[in-house]
Amino acid sequence: MSTRTVLHEADIARALTRISHEILESNRGPEGLVILGIPTRGVNLAQRIGALVTEFGGRSIPVGALDVTMYRDDLHRNPTRAPQPTEIPAGGIDGKTVVLVDDVLFSGRSIRAALDALQDIGRPAAVRLAILVDRGHRELPIRPDFVGKNLPSAREERVNVRLADVDGIEEVTIES
Amino acid sequence: MRHLLDTRTLTRDDALRILDVAEDMADTQRREVKKLPTLRGKTVVNLFFEDSTRTRISFEAAAKRLSADVINFSAKGSSVSKGESLQDTAQTLQAMGADAVVIRHGASGAPRTLATSGWITAGVVNAGDGTHEHPTQALLDAFTIRKRFFGADSRGRDLAGLRVTIVGDVLHSRVARSNVWLLTTLGAAVTLVAPPTLVPQDVSAWPVRIRYDLDEAIADEPDALMMLRIQAERMNAAYFPTEREYSRRWGLDAARLGRLSADSIVMHPGPMNRGLEISADAADSPRSTVLEQVTNGVSVRMAALYLLLAGERTRAGEDGR
Repeated sequence: MSTRTVLHEADIARALTRISHEILESNRGPEGLVILGIPTRGVNLAQRIGALVTEFGGRSIPVGALDVTMYRDDLHRNPTRAPQPTEIPAGGIDGKTVVLVDDVLFSGRSIRAALDALQDIGRPAAVRLAILVDRGHRELPIRPDFVGKNLPSAREERVNVRLADVDGIEEVTIES
Repeated sequence: MRHLLDTRTLTRDDALRILDVAEDMADTQRREVKKLPTLRGKTVVNLFFEDSTRTRISFEAAAKRLSADVINFSAKGSSVSKGESLQDTAQTLQAMGADAVVIRHGASGAPRTLATSGWITAGVVNAGDGTHEHPTQALLDAFTIRKRFFGADSRGRDLAGLRVTIVGDVLHSRVARSNVWLLTTLGAAVTLVAPPTLVPQDVSAWPVRIRYDLDEAIADEPDALMMLRIQAERMNAAYFPTEREYSRRWGLDAARLGRLSADSIVMHPGPMNRGLEISADAADSPRSTVLEQVTNGVSVRMAALYLLLAGERTRAGEDGR
């Protein structure tokens, strides 16, 4: 088994900065943006992207968390997962442009679950997807709008995202 | 978790897990669309051998909010009244493909029999058995106490340092028993107050303090005062002379309500006998959590059904809890 670091701390910071600029660019400014992270690490990334978009866009962007556990299609195949809190910003999501944030995009099934969860909360004008690492192997017709890094990987390899505020270290590694 | 049969053997971690998942369930109940797709395709059977409205409706609402199919089965008007045994009833439900059975039975231990007999593979939830336990009621009470005292910081917390006083017919009360075990597991100090005739004989082995005088108990400044229902249907002997005397000595009237400390709460599992164990003043005061308990009941039961049904099924007998 070998472990290779594919993104270091500075690379992650640069990727998040670029994603934040791209979000503002594609939205033509900060108008109507809501950023929602998918637990656990997506929430931390969403907070960082939210802070950057707030800084670059010059107005405060609401940030929240969207738990998808209860919408997953693989619940009965795994040991029971504990759901995580969902926090929707006070302004809600109706008519907003929601940017979903997750650490790794793999099969696309979490995002499918997230879209279902969003539908139960309200009706956004548009939903975009920001991902730190896209490792391929999609099982559903889902693609990200903003990508930190495309990381071709084999199905059996493991991609680990570690963030300073959760894991004490900031890196993306690939294990094979 | 395979079954939820009692709170006596429930560990602190398992109890907190249920309460924390219930927090998430409660959050989803404030959404525009309250229904979650989580248990789509699962079947929950409410098997009620004793009358119950609120518990059955609460379980039904919980299962439906999680998209499970619900079959209500009450003993009256069923083959049970024709003499069908619990085993045959259970096997019928098994043949219909029940994934969980919520059972209320007049005999203490019936849910455990159902869970351990090998008649069914479904998860079993005890919704009240005889004078034994009523675990989801205790869980919703603990949830309500935690929510009132810790608000948004409730997740992951136990009830250490809180003092809960349970008043009334402890002898016949499965709610009291389940609460004694659960609340002490969660670190709360529990006091029981009852007429001597309504205190169970084995109470000396319980981790509680016993008092016979409600006014002394109120002077101890409990954080939560839980009034139990006087169960007229079980009052087959002269446990107290008259209802008026009971009400005067052990009922929560306006004067006693006024002597409670400022942030303490008044709980009642319902249905209330207004004017007997609880006065209208107490039941309708801002301290009263009666309606919150009903709301929280749905969230707690959603959490229990979720933890029982959502994950991979462990093989029968692997986890006998």
